[in-house]
Amino acid sequence: MSLHVSKAAPTPGALTRMIRGLLLGAALSAPALVFAGTTTAEVNTTGLAVTDTTVTVGQLHSATGTMAISETGSIQAERLAIEQINEAGGILGRKIEIIQEDGASDWPTFAEKARKLLVNDKVAAVFGCWTSASRKAVLPVFEKENGMLYYPTFYEGLEQSKNVIYTGQEATQQIIAGLDWLAKNKGAKKFYLIGSDYIWPRTSNKIARKHIENVLKGEVVGEDYFPLGHTQFGSLINKIKLKKPDAVYSIIVGGSNVSWWKQLKAAGVTADKQTILTISVTEDEILGIGGENIVGHYAAMKYFQSLENENNQKFVAAFKAKYGKDAVIGDVTQAAYLGPWLWKAAVEKAGSFDVDKVAAASPGIELKDAPEGYVKVHENHHLWSKLRIGQAQADGQYKVLYESELIEPNPFPEGYQ
Amino acid sequence: MDGMTFSELGSVLVMQGFNGLSFFSVLLLMALGLAIIFGQMGVINMAHGEFLTIGAYTTYLLSVLATDYAPWFMDYYFLAAIGVGFLVAFGVGYLVEWLMIRHLYRRPLDSLLATWGLSLIMQQAFRSTFGPKEVSATLPDWLMGSYAPSDSIDIPLNGLFVMALTLLLTFVVALLIFRSRWGLHVRATTQNRAMSGAVGIDTARVDRLTFALGCGIAGVAGAAFTTIGSTGPTSGSLYIVDTFLVVVFGGAQSLLGTIASAFSIAQAQSTLEFFMTGSMAKVLTLLTIIGILMLRPEGLFRIRVRK
Repeated sequence: MSLHVSKAAPTPGALTRMIRGLLLGAALSAPALVFAGTTTAEVNTTGLAVTDTTVTVGQLHSATGTMAISETGSIQAERLAIEQINEAGGILGRKIEIIQEDGASDWPTFAEKARKLLVNDKVAAVFGCWTSASRKAVLPVFEKENGMLYYPTFYEGLEQSKNVIYTGQEATQQIIAGLDWLAKNKGAKKFYLIGSDYIWPRTSNKIARKHIENVLKGEVVGEDYFPLGHTQFGSLINKIKLKKPDAVYSIIVGGSNVSWWKQLKAAGVTADKQTILTISVTEDEILGIGGENIVGHYAAMKYFQSLENENNQKFVAAFKAKYGKDAVIGDVTQAAYLGPWLWKAAVEKAGSFDVDKVAAASPGIELKDAPEGYVKVHENHHLWSKLRIGQAQADGQYKVLYESELIEPNPFPEGYQ
Repeated sequence: MDGMTFSELGSVLVMQGFNGLSFFSVLLLMALGLAIIFGQMGVINMAHGEFLTIGAYTTYLLSVLATDYAPWFMDYYFLAAIGVGFLVAFGVGYLVEWLMIRHLYRRPLDSLLATWGLSLIMQQAFRSTFGPKEVSATLPDWLMGSYAPSDSIDIPLNGLFVMALTLLLTFVVALLIFRSRWGLHVRATTQNRAMSGAVGIDTARVDRLTFALGCGIAGVAGAAFTTIGSTGPTSGSLYIVDTFLVVVFGGAQSLLGTIASAFSIAQAQSTLEFFMTGSMAKVLTLLTIIGILMLRPEGLFRIRVRK
């Protein structure tokens, strides 16, 4: 394998010295090292960590702490993409090297490590973050130091930055088409909205409520929130039995998710008795829930591991070859995989690693062979993407029942706030 | 409520009543171990949740073993897992007491920090051993269904199971503490360590067994909770706050207090949750507890001891 990855970050001082040395060397012997018309001085005018043969990027996820559950998939997918890019010759003739930092599920640590990557390591791009809280913590750093962040998670929207490319779906892309599907295929009129108590579920349910009431002319019969880590859902289940909604819309996350689905099953609320659509259970979460406990229920995502297209089959095979045959790929993992590829396309279009030029070149970038299918970067730095409805199977995979047209990202939806 | 018949309302009431009882057994089961460690020994064990996790992972491991090597055992492995969960957590607890806790008996605030550090170490150890993602033990069918005495009533079997286990365990713990020689030693050591030593009680041994027993019970709780909750490196920490709440609110040294406290918190929480959103229910429950603790700093029940 030609991938050259530094597993642990070298000390900042040593690295900067090394880079300076390399840059100096490159400058002194510049005439001898011209690469197909792109000298390092040309493709890097802002002093990023780019040499004649390498370009350094950062990876900033939680490898430890509570969020490691979710972020491990993203770390793996980004590494796979970078390895594949390197095998195909790298970017502008340069191999990608990775400096991985651990945000440790702690938001101030994320901000500190982001500063370290941008200021000390001068990385050309960062692939990272998972929760909105960590993204909000690093955003001011990326804007001040002019870095480039590729953020993989589906999230609540209401944000747009020159320095961030959002490779997951913003809320309207994930919610509206899913509710429309429920109304059309399940005749749903009465909805029960539930979620964990923080910004993403609350904002998402706000959008869902507006859509249900104003567009679908339906009714929200209940809306409940539970603290993160809540483990008892008996009362909620009884309330649902009492109100008899046509559909439950569920955005419970983390360890609570497992309690919720196990207790539903134990209370006799199976898929044939109650329609439930969730936007917070990917194949990753089913590992913890157990396929037999969620079988038959529906999820709205842009990507499922079971998608039947050639790109996806190749992606799944490569992922399993690298991380074991039991590895599963959820929606966010696939979105994280897109990050390095989108960056590569933007750098090549710009002909430069400069952050300003990459940001300017990003809108309009297309990936025709992404595992999820065709995607395109919008002016607002989010992706055009499809929404799919999957039905959970006992083996932990989803069966895809429905696929929308490409949906335009709209992080500031009018009439939905 | 439109479209509700009287009998449906009755069914929901029955299920809601059961829900309160089921939550009560969950709280009691997780608090029992801590009631012994914190209540009897005065050790603030912040790593108690991780001993729950040990039980949960033991169950997961046995389920994998049973699936791979002994499919005929699938229906019963869960009962074995509870026993093995107890033994493993007991063993680790025994070791932890010897390595760490025994040096901290006179420094309760240091024990808080030290055990918190221990909990972080244990979480990372789980993560390194089993991976950061959650796992799911395959549970026998007889545990995961519901008992339906009528068309509209569903009683979760896992809830019944946890309830029975809690009853049994509480009974055993009460017997041990109040009817056994070892229990007598524990109570004597709690009340007056120096005098207990003087009359020939090996207090160091009593401490070690008491701590290990508390951890073992946490292991049982962890195994049982795989039926209702998650199994991951940080699953145990979901329960730690509620566990301390139950023990402190009940009155730290009273087993009866722990039972009464678990019952009232569970009923308050599950009834409030029925009428309002889960977060608000939690806020109201906690406010009430704070109010009561301000009036009765020793908790619901207190045992008068001469200090």
